[in-house]
Amino acid sequence: MIELVAGNPVQAFVQQVVSGLASGAVYASLALSLVLIYRAMDVANFAQGEMAMFSTFIAYALITGFHLPYLIAFALTIAISFGGGVLIERVVIRPFEGSSVLTLVIVTLALFSIVNGTAGLIWGYVFKTFDSPFQFGAVHFQGLYIGYQDLGIIGVTLVVLALVFVFFRYTKLGLAMRAASLYPEASRLLGVRTGWMLAFGWGISAAVGAVSGMMIAPVVFLDPGFMQPVLLFAFVGAVLGGIESPLGAVVGGVLVGVLLALLGTYVPGGENLRIAMGLVVIVAVLLIKPAGLFGRSEVRRV
Amino acid sequence: MNARVAGFPIYTLVMAGVALIVFIGIPLTTNSFQTFQFANVAAFVIAIVGLNILTGYSGQISLGNGAFMAVGGYTTALLAAKWPLPFIGFVPYGYTIPLAGLVAALLGFLIGIPALRLRGIYLALATFALALAVTPVLNNYDGFTGGHAGVFLKSATPPFGLDLSNDQWLYFMCWAIAAILYVPAFLMLRSRTGRAWMAIRDSETAAVSSGISLAYYKTLAFGISAFYAGIAGSLFVINNAYVDPDSYSLALSLTLLIGLVIGGLANVWGPILGGLLVVWLPYFAEKSAGFRLGPISLGGKPDIEFGIVLILIVFFAPNGLTGLIGRGIRWYRSKRDAGRGAAPLPAPAVLEEATQGGEPSEIIG
Repeated sequence: MIELVAGNPVQAFVQQVVSGLASGAVYASLALSLVLIYRAMDVANFAQGEMAMFSTFIAYALITGFHLPYLIAFALTIAISFGGGVLIERVVIRPFEGSSVLTLVIVTLALFSIVNGTAGLIWGYVFKTFDSPFQFGAVHFQGLYIGYQDLGIIGVTLVVLALVFVFFRYTKLGLAMRAASLYPEASRLLGVRTGWMLAFGWGISAAVGAVSGMMIAPVVFLDPGFMQPVLLFAFVGAVLGGIESPLGAVVGGVLVGVLLALLGTYVPGGENLRIAMGLVVIVAVLLIKPAGLFGRSEVRRV
Repeated sequence: MNARVAGFPIYTLVMAGVALIVFIGIPLTTNSFQTFQFANVAAFVIAIVGLNILTGYSGQISLGNGAFMAVGGYTTALLAAKWPLPFIGFVPYGYTIPLAGLVAALLGFLIGIPALRLRGIYLALATFALALAVTPVLNNYDGFTGGHAGVFLKSATPPFGLDLSNDQWLYFMCWAIAAILYVPAFLMLRSRTGRAWMAIRDSETAAVSSGISLAYYKTLAFGISAFYAGIAGSLFVINNAYVDPDSYSLALSLTLLIGLVIGGLANVWGPILGGLLVVWLPYFAEKSAGFRLGPISLGGKPDIEFGIVLILIVFFAPNGLTGLIGRGIRWYRSKRDAGRGAAPLPAPAVLEEATQGGEPSEIIG
């Protein structure tokens, strides 16, 4: 859809921004799922991408193996991912609550390894195609071509973000979860079961991650490594937006998507250098504004 | 137990003798593939020693040491087989090994500078990005690096007409280099520098208050760690006589961390166990491919096994296998001393722990 763009440079630029928004939406939702866990327990979950990859494979199995319609498979996958996230927190993460950063990083990397290996064990390492739920084609608007797929990804992401927002803002459970992550002791005294709130946090995070996996899968190919670059860009988005801020994660993720699309068009060899650019952005943000766009600066007690 | 020969306890001398016999016996009794694998163990040991300095002792989490290995490996490959230097031609592979270390160390210093401002999870994120960036960057500059096709080297043959097979020569060369590199690491960790690193690891604030320069010691740790990684990368390329960008995936950096943690963080001997494990566990995982659960083969998946072992180790033995062995020895000694009617002496154990850097479990508060 990019090649269709005519000579007009402004139009070409806008076209890139629009197609960047779609991949940015995917980074945004995975970044959001990272931030949800980071806020709850101060750990960057390196297994988040692999968990989303596994969820996507579940959707793939439901669709191709059990011949379920896409929508039902989509909903089932989200439910299974939620359950899986809760289970992982209970079994793997809970014994390490309150451990040092290094320990938690190692545990999530171990999880990364286990999930990746299990996916390879079950589904193998051959690339698979994941059919898009959206129609092929594009909307023509003011000389721009916007693919239905891009529109669909952006729409689904917006719905997910709205649901997460409403859940945390307007439900009692959401309030309890926010309280449990901000003031664990006080919440416990008030009768909030903080342990289970963490587990639900992992569940929701896994569910949001699953959506991001299912949205990007038709664009790339499905194999056990397909979420690794997405995870990196989600990290970049989260750091850019401020790793403590859900809003920041969303804005950061979208910005990263747009930035990468522009990079791919205007820099020779930009496609291969996308990941290196991610590295550059992370380092630059941390050096110039470590709190990110929306985060508060870190205050440490000595 | 007090008998000594030339100042060394007999016990130590016997252990050293056994170690030497095992060391020389391995290449004489194993087949060429196994000897080759043991040569790779040496390269892994060197890389893990480097990571131990950075992550175990100075407390900076690095998921990106594979990138330094890539720099070392490509330095060797490009100089020895792709880009002949003017007047010299292709550099003999032996001379490229120290060069590989130096080039990697330079990159390490450069990366150590921005890393100064990153701590804990942010450093982990940045080095994670570094690990992921290696393969696509190498592929992108394929005119210089050879890209996907990789670079083939002439296989290393024994010099001076030594009567060894190629694999035996690689084995002895890699382990000799590992032994040579172990000594400065060992001494450094017991010197002012090592104590400064541990102080920084345990509390940056306290370290600064005691007059330790964070900037100097942290970038030094990065540089030295990268030097070791670069040498290891170079040896890998020489062993395999081939290199391509896919050799330096994220998995390599993770393997180093896995080896370090399972072997024992901040323990001088941890890297040796870690190196043995990361080379041989996948091998035995392949061998155990017969284990089946219904239609699914449980063998041949070292990823899963590494992950599970890693979680178990972090939970049950945060000081790794060397920590477990140390605990076992102390338990045995206290039993033995109690059996003799003497009071168990905790002092040597405490001393040992202090000189080995203590528990790394509270690295970043």
